[in-house]
Amino acid sequence: MKRVYAKEEVCIGCRLCEVWCRTEHSRSKNIIKAHKSEFPPPVSRVLVEELMPVSFALQCRHCDEPECVESCITGALTKDESGRVVYNEEKCVGCWTCVLVCPYGAPQRDLERKKIAKCDLCPDRDTPACVEMCPNQALVYEER
Amino acid sequence: MKTYQLPEVRIERDKDRCINCGVCVRQCAFNAHKFDEDGEVYSEDEKCVACQRCVSLCPTNALYIKDNAPFVKDNANWTAETQKYIWKQAETGGVLLTGMGNPKPYPIYWDHLVLNASQVTNPSIDPLREPMELRTYLGSKPDHIEIEMVNGEPVLRTKIAPQIMLKTPILFSAMSYGAISYNACEALGRAATELGTFWNTGEGGLHRNLYKYAPNTIVQVASGRFGVHSEYLDAAAAIEIKIGQGAKPGIGGHLPGEKVGPAVSETRMIPVGSDALSPAPHHDIYSIEDLSQLIFSLKEATEYTKPISVKISAVHNVAAIASGIARAGADIIAIDGFRGGTGAAPTMIRDNVGIPIELAIAAVDARLREEGIRNRASIIAAGGFRNSGDVIKAIALGADAVYLGTAALVAMGCHVCQKCYTGKCNWGIATQNPYLEKRLNPDIAAERLYNLVRGWSHEISEMLGGMGINAIESLRGNRLHLRAVGLSREEMDVLGVQVAGSPMA
Amino acid sequence: MEGQIHRRNISGCGLAGMMSEDGRLMGGEAIIRSMEVLHDRSNGLGGGFAAYGIYPHKADYYALHIMYDDVKAKEETDVLLDERFEIDSEEIIPTKKSEAIPKGPLLWRYFVKPKVDFEDCGLCEEDYVIEAVMTVNSMVSGAFIFSSGKNMGAFKAVGYPEDVGKFYRLDEYEGYTWIGHGRFPTNTPGWWGGAHPFTILDWAIVHNGEISSYGINKRYLEMFGYKCTMLTDTEVVAYMFDLMLRRHNLPLEVACKALAAPFWTDIDRMKAKGNAKGDIYEALRMVYGGALLNGPFAIILGHTNGMVGLSDRVKLRPLTAARKDDMLYIASEEAAIREISPELDIVWNPKAGEPVVGELKNPVKKGSNKARELEETVA
Ligand code: SF4
Ligand code: SF4
Ligand code: SF4
Ligand code: SF4
Repeated sequence: MKRVYAKEEVCIGCRLCEVWCRTEHSRSKNIIKAHKSEFPPPVSRVLVEELMPVSFALQCRHCDEPECVESCITGALTKDESGRVVYNEEKCVGCWTCVLVCPYGAPQRDLERKKIAKCDLCPDRDTPACVEMCPNQALVYEER
Repeated sequence: MKTYQLPEVRIERDKDRCINCGVCVRQCAFNAHKFDEDGEVYSEDEKCVACQRCVSLCPTNALYIKDNAPFVKDNANWTAETQKYIWKQAETGGVLLTGMGNPKPYPIYWDHLVLNASQVTNPSIDPLREPMELRTYLGSKPDHIEIEMVNGEPVLRTKIAPQIMLKTPILFSAMSYGAISYNACEALGRAATELGTFWNTGEGGLHRNLYKYAPNTIVQVASGRFGVHSEYLDAAAAIEIKIGQGAKPGIGGHLPGEKVGPAVSETRMIPVGSDALSPAPHHDIYSIEDLSQLIFSLKEATEYTKPISVKISAVHNVAAIASGIARAGADIIAIDGFRGGTGAAPTMIRDNVGIPIELAIAAVDARLREEGIRNRASIIAAGGFRNSGDVIKAIALGADAVYLGTAALVAMGCHVCQKCYTGKCNWGIATQNPYLEKRLNPDIAAERLYNLVRGWSHEISEMLGGMGINAIESLRGNRLHLRAVGLSREEMDVLGVQVAGSPMA
Repeated sequence: MEGQIHRRNISGCGLAGMMSEDGRLMGGEAIIRSMEVLHDRSNGLGGGFAAYGIYPHKADYYALHIMYDDVKAKEETDVLLDERFEIDSEEIIPTKKSEAIPKGPLLWRYFVKPKVDFEDCGLCEEDYVIEAVMTVNSMVSGAFIFSSGKNMGAFKAVGYPEDVGKFYRLDEYEGYTWIGHGRFPTNTPGWWGGAHPFTILDWAIVHNGEISSYGINKRYLEMFGYKCTMLTDTEVVAYMFDLMLRRHNLPLEVACKALAAPFWTDIDRMKAKGNAKGDIYEALRMVYGGALLNGPFAIILGHTNGMVGLSDRVKLRPLTAARKDDMLYIASEEAAIREISPELDIVWNPKAGEPVVGELKNPVKKGSNKARELEETVA
């Protein structure tokens, strides 16, 4: 399956991926509204890790043997036939188990909603928002 | 000491749009944007150099950098700029430093020259349907070739001196590793290779990893001899002796120690952190016969397999100097006009020394023809070429090809903020800071360079076709296809062109 | 010739040439008839001819054909010629008054030999003659040497070519090669010297076209000491041949490939196939880039030992060739050939940039008389 990969050698740590991820996962999909007036505010599913000068954007790896799916107590996380780790927000009770077990720290805590937020590979788009909007082509979406 | 300098720009942030994402804060290496203690972004105008990086990356278009030329009382002599320089020097006691080329409003002759096109008596050629040849060979050519007929078949008896072949008459100008980032070098090398043209190492040596682009690389030998060794010379397609540079005729290169990290140090063969100061002259060239010796030493060292270029800045006596260089054995003469860029130069030299490239090309080409030695050396013109119109006019004036420096940087993202000498280039070009350098993704930059030159080449083809010409050599030095608008008799004489409206002769 | 013509002529034209490779002498009626067929390709503003083999009794002398605006121009010229040449004879070129030809300059013909003895340096002698021609043409106002070869002559005037031919009584001359031209200039300097052919020594060029590379061709020639005084494309072509064939000693076909250069793609293909011509053409284009004639043209070059037809590298102007027995014909249109030789062995349309070459079976030895005498005694 296609996954998002980071090219740390050209990631400039601008965090625009986070901005556009939030926008994509907002109600309005309008960058200004999403950030200024929506409540609860959207949470970015991608997180830029940095130890300057190194930085890269990290989001759910959609692991082949996902720890989160194994450990989720409500079945909110499942692996679908295409290989994606799919998250059902309805079922999440905000226990943070997945947050604890994910070796990458991918699931984010949405404190307002008391649920997690996790990369869904932007099902409404051909290419995930973070990949498309990265100004330096530091993210690629491809089969490896 | 409190500074009396006034901010030159004002940063306007539209608070209705700003989402406080901090992209601008992270992008500005000059620290003009900051978060306050409440986590709100704000700006400090006086730090901004107007590189437009934050503006380009702000996701909501909330930023606008506005000209804020300080108001000083109307005075043609004591302008804000002249006063600014004085404040600066009164505070530092130093030499004013700057980057890029001469920004002064000297006449730009390109904008006073217009091109011809065919109508009725002569068909124009459509480059989309018919061949259009831009191929250019740089190197010394004999005056004639000798052909012997052997059994009714012609046999070539002349061996032509080594040449470099360009698919389009555009090369990338000398920009050294150190002055520009590794990624910028990589992008130039890759683009030159894909375009079938050449890039130039400048005086910074050639990084190990870039030897793969050697067949499309012109290596420079400058007065500091940084990074020069036999492998470097052997690998190159051509060697360029740098005598002068348009932005700072008469003085040598200057790379501040902060830009000399381990990789630059290894490539230049100098200690980490040491200032790389090239002497003003080559200390083994005090006259033309010394130059000849260096040319032939390099030819000997590389067994006469590659052309040797000599780069000079365009100065008053450029025609006679060029003639001397051709006679000294150079295969290529590169002339850099006073609008040529630089990583660092004293402002006063950049703005006051040298002559425009247009006049220099015309004078040199005319002189070499007068002396009957135009075939002996090719001419590359450099210094502030902005578009394909400038390039084709340079060729009509007599240049064989054109070096792009600033235009190549602009293609990669440079916004000509002239702060290259600070090493803080926000676009990742004129910097060695590993955090900033990453901003120039060589994949993107190479593609942008490729696109630029491809676009210009198409435009040149179209203009050539319009003139009814299908090979670039038929325009080279063909000044009848140029006409002057708004120039004096003397200027037209030097340029060898007639006023617009005069007939075709 | 200062002041006579200030601008380069842009013209579309008709041309024709005929040559007996056996060197049989033929009267001038045929070429006149041939040009008459091409009447519509000219507009009466210039016509002319060149003929080879017409002065057999004076074959060792340079035949100078000169136009004089007035007697003063002749007097000045005579002084210059006297300094340089022994003048064997001089006369008015015989003409027949005609309504069709406006009143023109005085037309004189001289047979001369250089005063300097160049021993065996044929090149030096010819350069000397060229220098003399260029001096007169650029220094003497109202004088113009329009023909300067041996045993050949150019004849030209303002008018339609067939009228010009009759005016010069060409039926009374006999030559083995004849070329003719009718002009269609888009501006009207109305000057006789502006008609074709243009000549230097025995090179005579008739030309249909406009050369977009003129500006650089002229500067290129200037580098070798030629003065392009007449500001015409055609003059440039004549000097180009002189430079490449006479001074650089290039074979004719190679020289033609410099003027109408093959495309790089073709050259690359030849080189890839190991065809040695690829290397020759590559070198040629590198070295003779300034000689490439870019833009539409068809030309016929006449010279003592032959005739050549050539069109530009994409053939933007018409050119047809034909052979019959020992005859080679070249013309803008086949009709002009059929008119004088209805039966032909072969007719073809030469490809772009492919020269059509006619050569005398027994070529005339060139060079100074001394050199030839030497050679003859050795033989
Ligand atoms: S947008 Fe791209 S460059 Fe910026 S932080 Fe994200 S991955 Fe890195
Ligand atoms: S980048 Fe734009 S939106 Fe983000 S903080 Fe700066 S000004 Fe505001
Ligand atoms: S220096 Fe550049 S990045 Fe910094 S504020 Fe000014 S324009 Fe923006
Ligand atoms: S290279 Fe960088 S520092 Fe230099 S002018 Fe361009 S953007 Fe500014």
